[in-house]
Amino acid sequence: MLATTYAVPAILVFVTSALLILVGALGVISVKNPVHAAICLIMTLFGVAVAFVAQSADFLAAVQIIVYAGAIVVLFLFVIMFLGVDRNMQVSVEPLVGQRAFAGAGVVITVAGLITLMATSHWVTGATSVSGSALATGQGNVKQLGTAVFTTYLFAFEATAALLIIAVVGAVLLARRERATTNEEVSA
Amino acid sequence: MNVPAAWYLVLAAVLFGIGAFGLLTRRSALIMFMCVELMLNAVNLTFVTFSRTLSDISGQASVFFVMVVAAAEVTVGLGIVVAVFRRRSSTSVDELSELKG
Repeated sequence: MLATTYAVPAILVFVTSALLILVGALGVISVKNPVHAAICLIMTLFGVAVAFVAQSADFLAAVQIIVYAGAIVVLFLFVIMFLGVDRNMQVSVEPLVGQRAFAGAGVVITVAGLITLMATSHWVTGATSVSGSALATGQGNVKQLGTAVFTTYLFAFEATAALLIIAVVGAVLLARRERATTNEEVSA
Repeated sequence: MNVPAAWYLVLAAVLFGIGAFGLLTRRSALIMFMCVELMLNAVNLTFVTFSRTLSDISGQASVFFVMVVAAAEVTVGLGIVVAVFRRRSSTSVDELSELKG
């Protein structure tokens, strides 16, 4: 019945991305080794990229792979191995009694309530854009996104540039070893 | 025809829930950062789904900015993790309890 309503390739793509996303996400929160968690995170990010492509967000899918899987996860792996915490962690003990049960119940209630709320009303509300042509026409997703970023969202774009500079300076300051401390450690 | 937006929205909601559960239960700061990334990706997926359904590019522009902020957040966050590890030799957030009354 579903196959007659929606194209089979679209369903296959959705199922593939959903499997990648969910298996990866469950892996991130359950595996003991942080390196394995980072690999599972790549799997989830790749699944999200597949979902982006399926919804004609081509540029964002490329950025997702390059920035997230290429840069952020590599940064995670670098820190994991730099600190030498790539050994198995104890995940069976609960530091707070009943923490997992409460967290699970809270999350399930919230997500189920959210889905129920959306399902009982319209899933998507809001006015369909009339200014831009439909995204699905396939005429240059990059061009549309570039036009939006450099005209409507120009101020936000410039602000992110400043944010990135501040983040780089902050990270360098945080990770820098104090010179005086180093001398004391050497003399001691 | 593409699958309905509802499927992607439910998928994103479940992904957000998994990330939130991990953030609440795991005690390693590194894993908690990864769970934050999961939740941010769920939000990005929702943005793109709305963008496709409403034929509005603004959703994708928002995802662009979310990605930039996520990159900055991870950079500073991991810097903090490295700084904390220097003092405590541990990435567990349960160790950071100096402010407890």
